Amino acid sequence: MKKMNKTTKNNFINYGLVLVLFAVAQTLSATGNLSNLLQGLLVPLCVYTIASISLNLVVGFSGELSLGHAGFMCVGAYSSALFSNVVGDALPSVPRLILAILVGAAVAAVFGILIGVPVLRLRGDYLAIVTLAFGEIIKNLVNILYVGVDENGIHVTTNSSGLKLAAGGKKIMKGALGISGTSTLYKDIKPYFFLIGVILILITLFIVQNLVHSRSGRAIMAARDNRIAAESIGINVTKYKLLAFTVSAALAGVAGVLYAHNISMLKVSIFDYNLSIMILVYVVLGGIGSIRGSIIATIVLYALPEMLRGFSTYRMLIYAIVLIIMMLFNWAPAAIDWRKRVLEKIHNKLPKKEAA
Amino acid sequence: MAMLEVNHLSISFGGLHAVDNFNLNIEKGCLYGLIGPNGAGKTTVFNLLTGVYKPTEGIIRLDGQDITGKNTIDINKAGVARTFQNIRLFRQLSVLDNVKAGFHNHHPYSTFTGIFRLPKYFKTEKEMTSRAMEILKVFDLDKEADYLAGNLPYGKQRKLEIARAMATEPKLLLLDEPAAGMNPNETQELMDTIRFVRDHFDMTILLIEHDMKLVGGICEELTVLNFGQVLCQGETSAVLNDPAVITAYLGE
Repeated sequence: MKKMNKTTKNNFINYGLVLVLFAVAQTLSATGNLSNLLQGLLVPLCVYTIASISLNLVVGFSGELSLGHAGFMCVGAYSSALFSNVVGDALPSVPRLILAILVGAAVAAVFGILIGVPVLRLRGDYLAIVTLAFGEIIKNLVNILYVGVDENGIHVTTNSSGLKLAAGGKKIMKGALGISGTSTLYKDIKPYFFLIGVILILITLFIVQNLVHSRSGRAIMAARDNRIAAESIGINVTKYKLLAFTVSAALAGVAGVLYAHNISMLKVSIFDYNLSIMILVYVVLGGIGSIRGSIIATIVLYALPEMLRGFSTYRMLIYAIVLIIMMLFNWAPAAIDWRKRVLEKIHNKLPKKEAA
Repeated sequence: MAMLEVNHLSISFGGLHAVDNFNLNIEKGCLYGLIGPNGAGKTTVFNLLTGVYKPTEGIIRLDGQDITGKNTIDINKAGVARTFQNIRLFRQLSVLDNVKAGFHNHHPYSTFTGIFRLPKYFKTEKEMTSRAMEILKVFDLDKEADYLAGNLPYGKQRKLEIARAMATEPKLLLLDEPAAGMNPNETQELMDTIRFVRDHFDMTILLIEHDMKLVGGICEELTVLNFGQVLCQGETSAVLNDPAVITAYLGE
């Protein structure tokens, strides 16, 4: 029972951390201490936090290396932006956004299953290569897709001149130019996007943490630690790997939805290989399998390049050095020892204070 | 009726007959030993019994039910649990969670219930925890319940593997060299544990072992394998004194 309380406590610390950071950011911007530039970073920060928490489910808890996370974000972003533009003003913005989030998550989940079924038979490096290829394929596919809507319904083609719409029809997706004007559909709730982002982070945390600390989560981690032993006690390894992969894809889709609805011009070029790697860096440096680490690493590493703008050309150099220092701090045996000693010291001091 | 009945079991890898015309009958509640020199095919028999390999020929019946050719998961569900020669624990999970993972198919609730913490989640988890603690107590691991499995000392890791296998509520327990790498004290303790498991849970146990002290000490019946074939079968004392067995082990 004591153990149970410990994990519950850990979960609530994570919710609390997000809420405290939200309160700090809100206070800063209310008192005018946050520049416009930094305010503009808040929603993307939520996007990447959701993405890194969800990727941690695959990399940390399921133990599979996926390099196609940007692909699932892309699928979620485009499917939901399409949905929003097709529905347009037929629905008020709040229910429309909720439905768009569900659409993005569902479509990304379907892609997760489609990719996961064949791919999860592969292991390690092979899985990484196939997911990497998936991300690139999705990117190139979306890049040549033209979608328009008129009174006859939705039209899809792969070249711009092929899109023949009746009078009054509207081009929504314009190949490499992507989808524009999604955020103007949500003008009325635009100021609340950061709040919405934080709520989505909390939902992501809720789903991932509760999944991990349940029967299914135990099966996912058992399959990670020893596949043969897991099967010998009757755990269907493929099923639980697929479950983790699909949930992760759906949540990445949610991150994509948030991104797509916050930006005035949705272009596919952002969802490239670099984005997948960047999210993976957040997960690895935050500590594989540590959800709190993912949150903190995302915030620090996302904000850092922006904070360093004063250094102009040296900015990425300093960024790289910070990456290395973080890696050493997290994983070097000497640093781990040092951290333990500091924690013990703090721990020893606390009861004394209580006594006094 | 016999708990385990194996008839004419054979498997070949290419031209190599790893196990050839293997027959075995184990009564319910029996402590049965499978011995033989290195490379005789003992672990291959275990892998056949647990569905890791599919036999080229033969029939395996567990408690009257045909389990030949089923996969590992279904065979475990049918009631066969095992431990491994090289320990295979879930090292990053706690000792308690290792045993709870063993309850996977016996205390089920859906993923949805788990994520949304429906009442069934709390009820089932509570049941699982108390049952797991009972099992851990039997193996004297209850004080280490919160340890990571990978941090346990070697002898306790072996015990935890047996505890995890017992959590799947098997009819037949297969132990692959449980005493490998143990010192004489640990082996003695292990013998007591195995005997206790048999008596306490009324378990049928088949074990592979090289330690003749353990084999002679707890096994009631033995089968000796040599080059994939049964060399000798019967009561322990008779088998261990059989000249053919002594030759197989010690040479001419």
